Amino acid sequence: MRPSELLHPRPEGLYCPPGDFYIDAMRPVPHALITHAHSDHARPGHGAVMASRETLAIMGLRLGEGFSQTQQEARIGEWLNISGVEVAFFPAGHVLGSCQIALRWKGLTIVVSGDYKREPDATAAPFEVVPCDVFVTEATFGLPVFRHPDPHGEVGKLLVSLQENPHRAHLVGAYSLGKAQRLIRHLREAGYDRPVYLHGALEKVTGYYEEAGIALGPLARAAGLPRGSLAGEILICPPSSLSDIWSRRFAEPLTVAASGWMRVRARARQRGVELPLVISDHADWDSLRATILETGASEIWVTHGQEDALMHWCLGQGLAAQPLHLVGFGEEAAEDAA
Amino acid sequence: MKAFSTLLDRLSREPRRTEKLRHIVRYLREAPDPDRGHALAALSGALDIPAVKPAMLRALAAERVDPVLFGLSYDFVGDLSETIALIWPAPPPSEGEPLHLAQVISTLLSASRREGPALIARWLDELDETGRWALLKLITGALRVGVSALLARQALAEFSGRPVEEIEEVWHGVEPPYTDLFAWLEGRGPRPDPSAALTFRSPMLAHPIEEQDFETLTPSEFHAEWKWDGIRIQAATRSNGLARDVRLFSRSGDDITTAFPDLIAALPEDAVIDGELVVVREAVVSTFSDLQQRLNRKIVSAAMLRDSPVALMAYDLLQIGGEDLRPHPLPARRARLEALVEAKAHPRLMLSPAVPFATWEDLAEKRAQSAQNPAIEGVMLKRLDSPYLAGRPKGFWYKWKRDPMIADCVMMYAQRGHGKRSSFYSDFTFGVWEGDRLVPVGKAYFGFTDAELKGLDRFVRQNTVNRFGPVREVVHAPDSGLVLEIAFEGLQESTRHRSGLAMRFPRIHRIRNDKKPAEADRIETLRLLLRKA
Repeated sequence: MRPSELLHPRPEGLYCPPGDFYIDAMRPVPHALITHAHSDHARPGHGAVMASRETLAIMGLRLGEGFSQTQQEARIGEWLNISGVEVAFFPAGHVLGSCQIALRWKGLTIVVSGDYKREPDATAAPFEVVPCDVFVTEATFGLPVFRHPDPHGEVGKLLVSLQENPHRAHLVGAYSLGKAQRLIRHLREAGYDRPVYLHGALEKVTGYYEEAGIALGPLARAAGLPRGSLAGEILICPPSSLSDIWSRRFAEPLTVAASGWMRVRARARQRGVELPLVISDHADWDSLRATILETGASEIWVTHGQEDALMHWCLGQGLAAQPLHLVGFGEEAAEDAA
Repeated sequence: MKAFSTLLDRLSREPRRTEKLRHIVRYLREAPDPDRGHALAALSGALDIPAVKPAMLRALAAERVDPVLFGLSYDFVGDLSETIALIWPAPPPSEGEPLHLAQVISTLLSASRREGPALIARWLDELDETGRWALLKLITGALRVGVSALLARQALAEFSGRPVEEIEEVWHGVEPPYTDLFAWLEGRGPRPDPSAALTFRSPMLAHPIEEQDFETLTPSEFHAEWKWDGIRIQAATRSNGLARDVRLFSRSGDDITTAFPDLIAALPEDAVIDGELVVVREAVVSTFSDLQQRLNRKIVSAAMLRDSPVALMAYDLLQIGGEDLRPHPLPARRARLEALVEAKAHPRLMLSPAVPFATWEDLAEKRAQSAQNPAIEGVMLKRLDSPYLAGRPKGFWYKWKRDPMIADCVMMYAQRGHGKRSSFYSDFTFGVWEGDRLVPVGKAYFGFTDAELKGLDRFVRQNTVNRFGPVREVVHAPDSGLVLEIAFEGLQESTRHRSGLAMRFPRIHRIRNDKKPAEADRIETLRLLLRKA
């Protein structure tokens, strides 16, 4: 049996013919399984959606409660049967509620990992290795130049800059789902106990993280503050807001960005970032390779990112590898979430 | 090395000029001699390490990293030093003696090309990522941190509290690591003697002319000449007893003398001439692309001297026999220049001819006709009463380039760019219709904003239909694909392109998301433009 009988790409997204459902469909479909709530994976307008409790909740916050006709919670690690295909969700470590989706059919196991990382992160359940025959991986940072440093060291740079520039408001561009909350958590782990100010676009999701039991310490709203305020304070906003007129209202704003792309100088320069922090919610080159080997898969499908290099490495390891060329993935990731 | 890496790192991330200055000044105050002098030389482009070549660094990386992965990474990062710094599989840090900048430079300057790689590999193992990056930037001389020689001298001015003009006067008389210069600036030593060397004078620059300017300007008050498509240089000579000093400066004051030995004999004695450096073959001025072969080279081969000989198209005379002509009006300077060129009578020293005209319409017609000569970009207009003023003073000199042509083309292939555009697909090959297929007519890699670049990059990634190494072929069918409005300065017949045409200075004028490829221009339309030109 060929694995493509169980799963293959269609214009709408990855499709499972025997189960008649899609995973992370780009266009409205009758049955969709969703790995996580980032907008390039979680789109509105599907018939029935199955995802983790957190993913469903965050989709509701971001897309409105009626984002699909019906919703079903997938319980982590529990196998269930969809038209003869066994399906289970396992943590992916990417953001709160993010999951890998495993499919089992006629003795074949395929794991669709969605986006994932292996670094410790108190805001997301850690990635679980699921042995499989075919592992479907992202490759956002699939080049050997991408090695994410220890995030605590990166957060340390922000704290040093606060001390050196007490007259400047530190505006940190971080994606509003996942990165922002993880960054706050890292700040708390480093002993930072001042209030962290939030751009309005971050409030709902951050509130949900707290409801889900993730302690983030004192938080405050940036909205309504007078001009020239927040000297020596941290304000987290979506990356796109760093270049808005909005950002100019704070005290001599110092632009910070937390993203895996910040490792490449030209990328930081292109976005006018003064203090780049290399903190990513995606697996780096070493993690991608380690994960592929740990799954024991003999065939690797690469969804999006720098697929050429990762495939070259896979072939060198004697693993079959192919790109899936799924249109649409990585758009949100490339700009912000990475 | 640590202090220098930190400086370079800050400079590369800091877009603001004043802040760059502040960082350099701080470094000059804190770093010891001779480290700071070497750093200054590196920042102002005066450091040259012959033992290191980019190809050697690539080979060094290939010993440690899979070449395919290295190639893909370089393609993405777009900067050789940065790629190697990021990808270098360094052993865990050891507690060795910290590396000194002066030690790196003196070791490399005395090293042979064969010894270079082992030295560099050892240092790369010792340094952290930023240190590796700074080391590679330093030794390849391609810093690209947005610091010009001028900015470096301004930092010296700020550092010492002396006006930058005083520093300019001695600058070409001092050598790295500039210990005598620092001694003077810190009041510990005498002023370095600049008379031993020829100095650079800030050139006079022109404003682009606007349509409405013609209403207020009077033709009889202006002198016109061609705007040559070469590079602006300043040639300074002085007889020094039996010896003779010659310096060629670029527009920004960089000393480029060694790159153009074929010009030296053509220059008159004790003169400072402003003019355009061009390639001239059999008394015909060639295009800029011919000159390009000669630029940014430290060593010139005999073949290059034979195939692309340069000449100076002189248009102004700043000094002669110790007399400063800059306060005099243009006709007085020009008369002296004409006499000088005539007396020298050397084929590599030419006088930029005056373009006589009576009315602006008259000149407009001549400018249009000049399109027949690809070495001419347009015309220059200089007020007859203008003295020679440093900088870009208002109301004296104007440049009037030709109007570009426009065509709607379809994107066919894309490649990743380098430098500022690195890691994005930013080099585009485009074509027009010939019958029912598209034929490539040119390549463009600028003309778009950073935001548009992101859109173009996304288009390429999502619409790739084929790959040839680093080149991606994108969808280009009548009903799907991307139409680019291309502006260009002219068309030439070309045997290199399948279409038989080549565009001059093509650039992306607009992205026509509103058009289907079927609506793009046809080759017949371009051929008509070719005849018109």
